[in-house]
Amino acid sequence: MNEYIGVAIVIVGLAFDVFGCVGLVRLPDIYTRLQAATKCVTLGTCMILIGIAILTGLNATGVKALVCMAFVLITSPTAAHAIARGAYKFGVKLEEPTVVDRYAETQTDEGRS
Amino acid sequence: MRKISMFVVLYVVWCLLVFPYDRTTGQWDTQSLLVGLVAALVVVVLFGNALPDRSCFLLAPRRWFWALVYIPFFAYYCLKANLEVAYLVLHPDMPIRPGIVKVRTSLRTRVAITALANSITLTPGTLTVDADEDGTLYVHWIDVKFAEDDEATREIVSRFEGHLRRIFE
Repeated sequence: MNEYIGVAIVIVGLAFDVFGCVGLVRLPDIYTRLQAATKCVTLGTCMILIGIAILTGLNATGVKALVCMAFVLITSPTAAHAIARGAYKFGVKLEEPTVVDRYAETQTDEGRS
Repeated sequence: MRKISMFVVLYVVWCLLVFPYDRTTGQWDTQSLLVGLVAALVVVVLFGNALPDRSCFLLAPRRWFWALVYIPFFAYYCLKANLEVAYLVLHPDMPIRPGIVKVRTSLRTRVAITALANSITLTPGTLTVDADEDGTLYVHWIDVKFAEDDEATREIVSRFEGHLRRIFE
């Protein structure tokens, strides 16, 4: 029974990873692409790791998978923030359908540091 | 105090990663346990001052309880976020209205603001671009509903703020 649940969760996680990749190809600019890359890939990876933990049970491998999940949850949004901020400071523009940019007003007075 | 809590956390992480207990034989691996002690000690001595100002919150059980409550709450929004992004990505016209909005938080400690920024990044259509010391966050929103600060704050920040305050402040 555990096997079926584990495999099902791994498959759902893979599906989310695929959605993330599709988003990476289809979305217009770096910021929207980061959205797809961080959200879908984080959840997809977490679900794969949960699935592995269920498949193997609570032994060395399973516990490692859960610890890895915690690390992915901490590092992936941080990396996304660093990339987005770096891209903005570097001057990458927001693409066409963008409606509002409140961040731009902070850039003029403090300069590009 | 701060170094002791850091040491405990590091050692627990080490034990989880190495998992020095063999279930089939029921024996503890003393070598790994000892190496873990040394490694955690070295890290605390070298990097003890690099950690945030108040890591002593790691030892308060009440905060751990609220952290546990936060997990399912957060998982729900995380799942919702993913379904939303998956929908936007797979929709033939891609109905997106991206933009960067400015939101304010009343959280003060740096750990709490970091946790809030990370939570925002993992939840519906939002990604934290930058954060100030005084609690201003610049958030990239894939589907902007409110461009004004206050409304955006209510929509994005307020659902996490109360929880995070109980955990970190």
